[in-house]
Amino acid sequence: MPGSMTLPDHIHSPEIPRETVLSGRALVKDYGNAPALRGVSVELGRGEILAVTGPSGSGKSTLLLCMAGVLRPDAGEVHFQGRRIDTDSETDRSLLRRDSFGVLFQFGQLITEMTAAENVALPLLLSGARRRPAMMTARDWLRRFGVEALADQLPTQMSGGQSQRVAVARALVTEPAVLFADEPTAALDTVAGEQVMTELTRVARETGTAVLLVTHDARVAAYGDREIVVRDGLCSS
Amino acid sequence: MLLGLLAEGERHGYELKREHDARFPAARPLAFGQVYATLERLRKSGLVSAATSVKVDGPQRTPFTMTPAGRDEFERWLTEVQPPSPYVANPLSVKVTLALLTAGEPLAQDFLRRQRDAHLGRMREYTRLKSRPDSSLAEVLAADYALTHLDADLRWIDAALERVAELNKELHSCPVR
Repeated sequence: MPGSMTLPDHIHSPEIPRETVLSGRALVKDYGNAPALRGVSVELGRGEILAVTGPSGSGKSTLLLCMAGVLRPDAGEVHFQGRRIDTDSETDRSLLRRDSFGVLFQFGQLITEMTAAENVALPLLLSGARRRPAMMTARDWLRRFGVEALADQLPTQMSGGQSQRVAVARALVTEPAVLFADEPTAALDTVAGEQVMTELTRVARETGTAVLLVTHDARVAAYGDREIVVRDGLCSS
Repeated sequence: MLLGLLAEGERHGYELKREHDARFPAARPLAFGQVYATLERLRKSGLVSAATSVKVDGPQRTPFTMTPAGRDEFERWLTEVQPPSPYVANPLSVKVTLALLTAGEPLAQDFLRRQRDAHLGRMREYTRLKSRPDSSLAEVLAADYALTHLDADLRWIDAALERVAELNKELHSCPVR
């Protein structure tokens, strides 16, 4: 049962009502053999960190992909900042992901031929920034995550934890409205995973970025403000 | 704990209380009365000795020191392995069993879900505490200890939620009488 450690009053932060930035309503997705989502509804508040948990194969990653506009749901609706997005064309959804969303996966997301700074600068360059200011901003972001010393190194020269911190910097460099993180620490050891989560949540709170955090690990979910549990394609709490 | 703090040298009760609170942030709060009662018990057992009271910053204070017998006892305790707890007493399991026997599966599931929320809520509080930039390493490690135990309970809750229907069948198919 919970231990006796005394928690300062301000650690018990009450839930604050937030304006909804992203919502999914009655989402259904079927891959053919079995339904992955069977009518899940979810709301993400501005600046909120929402943990989506559930057993492996429960549909939580499918939910993330539908909310991020990567997959189109078979039924239901996805709204971003009050506008329906699931009916947008593939091109429009790609642009939305580039301009307003950040994504972070378990591993393997950095481009191995590019240095850490070039990787972080990439989303800025794709959005039309000039190379020199983009590289300077990238270095600033590496500094925010304590990995500025790695700016000129290639991903193959970094540890898993270092590489994931660079990936987090890249996902947040455009200060997206929403960050989608799918098991972001699953490939890391406990200490490295905690460093990544501490920095990710600190910077997301600073920039007001909402985070949809998919995880099977309660210790990672505990970094969130709230949790929903997905079981057998349904939201159970 | 208090005997161990005296191993570093002479202390009076007020100093011991302050040092206890600083060194063991996760421990239950220790009242001054408890400090003096413990020191008196240790003195009667011959493990500490009290010197003459002196006036320090106003009030009279009695400095205590560890005796050779106290040092032997402390060293014995320090090198003794703590027996791993068998963790067999599980109040959550007792509630689930009784809920299934008396009210049925929905109540047992509802209890497990609400307990899960309560556990995760407490884990969030410890996570915030350990993520604060001004948290000491002692506070981080104390929070880690709490988090690890809460996480173990939470995994059990998840496993119980998966198997509650099976358990219900077993309980109702095997009457004890």
